[in-house]
Amino acid sequence: MRKLFLSSLLISTLIGVLITIQACQPNVSIETAQYAVNGQKLYTTHCQNCHGAKGEGLGQLYPPLTDSIFLNKHRSQLACIVKNGMKGSIEVSGKKFDNEMPGIPQLNNVEIAYILTYVTTTFGNSTTTYTQEEVAKNIASCD
Amino acid sequence: MKIAIKQSLLSLFFFAAIVGCAPKADKKLPYIGEPDIEEKIVDGKTITDTIYHRIPSFSFLNQDSVLLTEKAFDNKVYIANFFFTHCPSICPTMQRNLLKVYEKYKGDDRVSFLSHSIDFKFDSPSVLKAYAQKLGVTNEQWQFVTGSKKDIYGLADQYLVYTREDASVPGGYDHQGYLVLVDKDKHIRGAYDGTNEEQVAQLFTDLEILLQEK
Repeated sequence: MRKLFLSSLLISTLIGVLITIQACQPNVSIETAQYAVNGQKLYTTHCQNCHGAKGEGLGQLYPPLTDSIFLNKHRSQLACIVKNGMKGSIEVSGKKFDNEMPGIPQLNNVEIAYILTYVTTTFGNSTTTYTQEEVAKNIASCD
Repeated sequence: MKIAIKQSLLSLFFFAAIVGCAPKADKKLPYIGEPDIEEKIVDGKTITDTIYHRIPSFSFLNQDSVLLTEKAFDNKVYIANFFFTHCPSICPTMQRNLLKVYEKYKGDDRVSFLSHSIDFKFDSPSVLKAYAQKLGVTNEQWQFVTGSKKDIYGLADQYLVYTREDASVPGGYDHQGYLVLVDKDKHIRGAYDGTNEEQVAQLFTDLEILLQEK
């Protein structure tokens, strides 16, 4: 009887854990989830002051990072924007932004990959890792 | 028996704690800053008077290039802070939080907002104007001012906020992100770290208390 109770407890715990994992990370691999977790720490340090804890931006000063269409369309430029900053006018979520963004040149490729995985999977609708290789390839062709 | 006494004592304690926490109508905020104790002789008797720290008079250019003095805040509760428009560190978070307070009290003429720029080189009135518009400030209730380094930094000391020009920090200026709550008589009644969510929540509570004060 006791054995039965214990084993059913174990099974239900396992199911519970599985459901929790599933609920937290829908459709992403363990690797992507790890990149995103590392990226969140870097995001808090380097990006959150302006872009906000939920990527909500601030008025027309700093654009939100929640516009999936923008993120997908400009995916190959994101690494350069993080590293070198950005000038000029852009349209995000239907609003115009023209403040200059400072770059963070001291970040290395893997750190940029962490940040962009976090941003594109948490605020955007991406389900894949923004890999180091992708960062390296895009950095090589920054304008 | 002993247990019963213990239990009733315990419940009494909890009751007291709950009652103690209940908001009271006569709750008052503290006066912040070093008070002056003045001795006066009235009708032959010596009486002592406590003069609380007050924000002195000031005169700055605002976002419309109009001179703004402390008179604009007479009989108003206001929240003051120190920032600069291209500040890469704490300012955006601080202004994001102050914007929440502004949005709640927009149109309520008992409450005003005053942001001082500590970047006297770059933040001209037109830069401040563009900043205010982009932040989402649409009326006169929130003023943005610029002045000489001596005047702005000197006034920051009076608000008990640390400001310094420092080439070694990002953006070139070092400062604290306090949101300073000032009452109708220009006494400081609270200071809240504008980058800390709990303290900003406390500001919302304290501002209501201050508005209820007679």
